[in-house]
Amino acid sequence: MSDKSKSIENKTDFNQDERLKKVSKLRLLLNRPELGALGGAILVFIFFGIVAGDTGMFSAYGVLNFLDVSANLGIIAIAAAMLMIGGEFDLSIGSMIGFAGICIAIPAIYWGWPLWMSIIFAFSMAVIIGYFNGILVVKTGLPSFIVTLAMLFILRGATLAITRLITGRTQVPGLRVLIENDPLAWIFATDTFKWVFTWLGSMNLITLRTDGTPLATGIPPSVIWFIFLAIISTWILMKTRYGNWIFASGGDKNGANNVGVPVGRVKISLFIGTAVAATIFATIQVLDAGSADTMRGTLKELEAIAAAVVGGCLLTGGYGSAIGAAFGALIFGTVSMGIFYTDVDTDWFKVFLGAMMLIAVIFNNYIRRKVTESK
Amino acid sequence: MSEYLIEFNNISKFFGKVIALKDVTMKLKKGEIMCLLGDNGAGKSTLIKTLAGVHKPDEGEIIVEGNKTIFDSPKEALDMGIATVYQDLALVSLMSVTRNFFMGREPMKGPPLLKTFDIEKANKIAAERMGQIGIDVRDPSQAVGTMSGGERQCLAISRAIYFGAKVLVLDEPTSALGVHQASVVLKYIVKAASQGLAVILITHNVHHAYPVGNSFTVLNRGKSLGTYKKKDISREKLLSMMAGGEELNKLEVELQEMNRTV
Repeated sequence: MSDKSKSIENKTDFNQDERLKKVSKLRLLLNRPELGALGGAILVFIFFGIVAGDTGMFSAYGVLNFLDVSANLGIIAIAAAMLMIGGEFDLSIGSMIGFAGICIAIPAIYWGWPLWMSIIFAFSMAVIIGYFNGILVVKTGLPSFIVTLAMLFILRGATLAITRLITGRTQVPGLRVLIENDPLAWIFATDTFKWVFTWLGSMNLITLRTDGTPLATGIPPSVIWFIFLAIISTWILMKTRYGNWIFASGGDKNGANNVGVPVGRVKISLFIGTAVAATIFATIQVLDAGSADTMRGTLKELEAIAAAVVGGCLLTGGYGSAIGAAFGALIFGTVSMGIFYTDVDTDWFKVFLGAMMLIAVIFNNYIRRKVTESK
Repeated sequence: MSEYLIEFNNISKFFGKVIALKDVTMKLKKGEIMCLLGDNGAGKSTLIKTLAGVHKPDEGEIIVEGNKTIFDSPKEALDMGIATVYQDLALVSLMSVTRNFFMGREPMKGPPLLKTFDIEKANKIAAERMGQIGIDVRDPSQAVGTMSGGERQCLAISRAIYFGAKVLVLDEPTSALGVHQASVVLKYIVKAASQGLAVILITHNVHHAYPVGNSFTVLNRGKSLGTYKKKDISREKLLSMMAGGEELNKLEVELQEMNRTV
């Protein structure tokens, strides 16, 4: 009864057109690109809840462990998703991770730079390389797949060659001592909310070490960065002019150009975004491990793209979401760690990754048809 | 002040040795619909791109509201109020009606540096504007891909008008449409002109052009065959002036011959 009077009141409202079939919240949700990844993540948690619920997987330590892995992948997957929505690929993300690692380690260890300066140097290099990738794709009109594939080899090769030339080896250790008292490094190396874990430990709610400190010491920096980037990227896509330009540039380059969207600038900025995200990934890992390895990040670009695709991004651009990519990364991270808690051989992880991606692509394709051809 | 809103005087455009356009002259008043007719290869595309500021004419002058102008870029033409709606419409089918409507010119709200895309306002304007032309976008957040061809065309035109077009250049707006859809679009074009816009309608379909046009310019092989007021020329004459016209007549004669021999 009250519903009826309400609909009469709202008749003049455009959003309440009487011919607009009442769409349930569920159906609205179905139109969102991240739906598949959200569902997948829930399924994954239910699965491991049943299979590995009584193992250590869902202890504080276990949860932080798979969150850390998911978050690391998520940081680059979100940037890869933004770029994919903008209609391009970046296959050089993995090589950029290795390159950024030595950009931090070599100046800090061999040239005596303070750590913060090396970190700034690495990020500056990322901006330059991202810009170079972008300008090359935009100016030549070549597929970004090819341009960044070339960059994958160039960066990895340069990383190896430069490191061996300067250090005579392929790993640069010894960074851990430099982290303390550095004005910048803490952003990438501090566990946060330690007091929560100390308190939980004191209440005997989480596992303690033999010396009485909790096994899980705090939220790792990767998780904080991951959540921060997911929120910022989603806000950009949904709420800003630049976000609209990203969708437009990926959806129809020429059309967007004709109505005044600076497509070239948008794409270049997104390439800078993936290179910077790779550098965030690298900085966190290098500071955590205390060393840089020239092979770090190998194949990460493909995992990032896979997570973005599972998160609902179309390979053709113009459609997708950052939060979806975050869920995609969560799925991969959870499974890659969770598999240790089951009896399944870990070799099967890659099979799962591939199958998941295949299902996602088929699902996305179906969704796109529904979105564009409902008439 | 010139009596014409826009004038193109003796426009020529060469690509190397190729003469794409030679001495084309067109003048439009407010509220006038001029149809630019020509068969494929007549130079229509080159002319459109010259109007839109993509190409600079090699000879001749463009006069907008009495002032001689040179368009250095499509944006400059747009800033002068000359909006071109290309055949591809510059619409992204995966994006919503609203996001397409305001693509590149999003309304903003909020404090400086934290300005956000005012999607509520945009939704409202888009739905209103589409409602005015009788297209009921039931949900402005629906993807443009769900709209019919005619609706998309009207969306593109409506967008150009909303953003201050004085001269509308429409590239084959009806060529991909069925009879009903085409008539909806043509009706909208007439309505737009009645509100004081000048419309240049580029088409090779005389049957679509004749009912709505005030004047007709026929292009053939890069040259203008002249501009005619509607009262001075018949639909049949127009048709035969286009390169295809003569050939169609010939075809008709040939078919008659064939029928006779059967």
